[in-house]
Amino acid sequence: MRLRAIAAFAAALMSGTCLAHAATITIATVNNSQMVVMQKLSSVWEKKTGNHINWVVLEENVLRQRVTTDIATHGGQFDIVTIGSYETPIWGKQGWLTPLGGISGYDYNDIFSSVRQALSSNGKLWALPFYAESSFTYYRKDLFQQAGLTMPAQPTYKQIDQFAKKLTDKSKQMYGICLRGKPGWGENMAFLDTMVNTFGGEWFNMKWQAQLDSQPWHDAVNFYIHLLRDYGPPGASSNGFNENQALFATGHCAMWIDATSGAGLIYDKNSSQVADKTAFTAAPVDVTPHGSHWFWAWALAIPSTSKQVATAKDFIAWATSKDYIDLVGRTNGWTTLPPGTRLSTYSNPDYLKAAPFAGAVKQAILTADLDHPTANPVPYTGIQYVSIPEFEAIGTTVGQLMAAALTGQTSVDSALKQAQSSVSSTMQQAGYTQ
Amino acid sequence: MSYGIAKKGHPVAGTIAWLTALVMFFPIAWMLLASFKTEVQAVQTPPLVIFKPTLINYRDIFAEADYLHFAWNSVAISVGSTILTLIVGVPAAFAMAFYPTKSTRGILLWMLSTKMLPAVGVLVPIYLLCRDLGLLDSLTALIVINMLSNLPIAVWMLFTFFRDLPKDIIEASRIDGANLRQVLVHVLLPLVMPGIASTALLGIILCWNEAFWSLNLTAHNAAPLTAFIASFSAPQGLFWAKLSAASVLAIAPILIFGWISQKQLVSGLTFGAVK
Repeated sequence: MRLRAIAAFAAALMSGTCLAHAATITIATVNNSQMVVMQKLSSVWEKKTGNHINWVVLEENVLRQRVTTDIATHGGQFDIVTIGSYETPIWGKQGWLTPLGGISGYDYNDIFSSVRQALSSNGKLWALPFYAESSFTYYRKDLFQQAGLTMPAQPTYKQIDQFAKKLTDKSKQMYGICLRGKPGWGENMAFLDTMVNTFGGEWFNMKWQAQLDSQPWHDAVNFYIHLLRDYGPPGASSNGFNENQALFATGHCAMWIDATSGAGLIYDKNSSQVADKTAFTAAPVDVTPHGSHWFWAWALAIPSTSKQVATAKDFIAWATSKDYIDLVGRTNGWTTLPPGTRLSTYSNPDYLKAAPFAGAVKQAILTADLDHPTANPVPYTGIQYVSIPEFEAIGTTVGQLMAAALTGQTSVDSALKQAQSSVSSTMQQAGYTQ
Repeated sequence: MSYGIAKKGHPVAGTIAWLTALVMFFPIAWMLLASFKTEVQAVQTPPLVIFKPTLINYRDIFAEADYLHFAWNSVAISVGSTILTLIVGVPAAFAMAFYPTKSTRGILLWMLSTKMLPAVGVLVPIYLLCRDLGLLDSLTALIVINMLSNLPIAVWMLFTFFRDLPKDIIEASRIDGANLRQVLVHVLLPLVMPGIASTALLGIILCWNEAFWSLNLTAHNAAPLTAFIASFSAPQGLFWAKLSAASVLAIAPILIFGWISQKQLVSGLTFGAVK
């Protein structure tokens, strides 16, 4: 009896020791399909390590607000957060994140150097990439064939205009082109920024003076509004990525210029009716190829307020590893793996066979030059955003003005004049200009 | 009485009532339909009305999230904060109705005016308070905040119910030897019980649907069903069907609860209205 009691006591002690090693981490993330897959597969890591994960899944803007509030006030509710390539270097500089360089056994060299660079500042890597994207042109090869059109490998906006005109048949709800119109720095402005770049414009000159009333901005915005009004779907000012994906996937768009990460969804027969009718090519250009296609990465970072840094690092190293990407391919299908981050992904024969868009995505990501996003020299980095903390506010304001011009509430001239005035004022208040 | 009028022969009023009810119910019906569609069917234009229903969205939701955890938090927050609201609100409304002072009306209006303040205006101070008190991601924080948020409406409602009672009741009870607590508990409360019940029901519904504080102050442990719904909205990829299914699961308990208690709710809200 006594022996049994001692054994029970020892077992209890041992289980207590085991429990003491197990940790619980809280991860805040968005509900993108790749993140949902990560959630499902995280049980593999939990079983392997004995740790436990609490998931907090939020809509992108709510997540950004929640995480910003939590980190800025040192709330310490999250051990890992999903953040984008815009916030990462800014938050890193502010000391809000834990550096993620030097994880033992982690293959940093396999990550695209442009992606590493986008997630670094002050010489430190602040987040590890989960997936990355650029932008390119989706088009309906069946409709092009029927109309006797050929999409070039590098289309110009003038060609896109001609194609859209020929393929639009509003009586049949077939629209020549679908583009983002929903206001927001990550919505209509993401696309419009690439258009302004390739039309020869920029947000600021080398003295941080706003350039929104310049000729390239007028040309780009007028052309954008012409495309959407004449060949786009009704209510385009409400359409973001999801709405356009829905329109394209249900066969209502002949062309769609948007994120490369949508390719997996368009080629998935469960979520698309045009999976076998879609082809892709580079994003269109105008006077310069600089900044004609964007760059974005969703990455995993550890807030400096986390008390579980070692466990959080272990999870991030696992979730952004080659092995994890292979695991997704094997268990969930090769078209659904997190794209755009690792060289090894693009030498994986299974992925290349299943995803005909893989080469084009790699090419778009590798040629998206964050350091030279415009024809003229600029004091900032970032293609569809300007990597300064003020951009979220000015991008949203300008996005609203562009949406107002699109709906006809205001003229393009008036919208750009207001945008110039608003951005100049913000930059002056923030101390960039006198 | 109004039911009687409609029945006796006001077809126009009846038709308007039916149309209003249909318009109000349409989004719920559409959501219910969308929850049984595939993602592609949910975004189809023109919209599909006849289709082969699927349970795939419900299956995915139960696989991705712990519904019962969120539902339990919603129940705990709603019931907890409503009980607290009544504990504070009933004596306050009683005092204002039976022992009014010069400033009673002003206090009532001031209480109501706090409802006009946008919640986001006090987000940072409340967040910092919760952080310093160790109440982030806790049921206690949400119960207290919901109580404070609903208290003005509850006091106003209870005040009107108490005000409609004849003042002589208190005097008669006091003459019979009852003290103030006995008057309140044994005489007044039974008389205003329909009003208290409807205030409680309204409080539960308001707490159940509260999203701002739930999204901002909770992470995992205390997240209620409003946070559960929000987790199915995605920046990239189709999510309408799954979001609809999540919404159906989130509103189902309160809808059933409201359906069962609608008699009490209506009788409470119209308490004293027709004399």
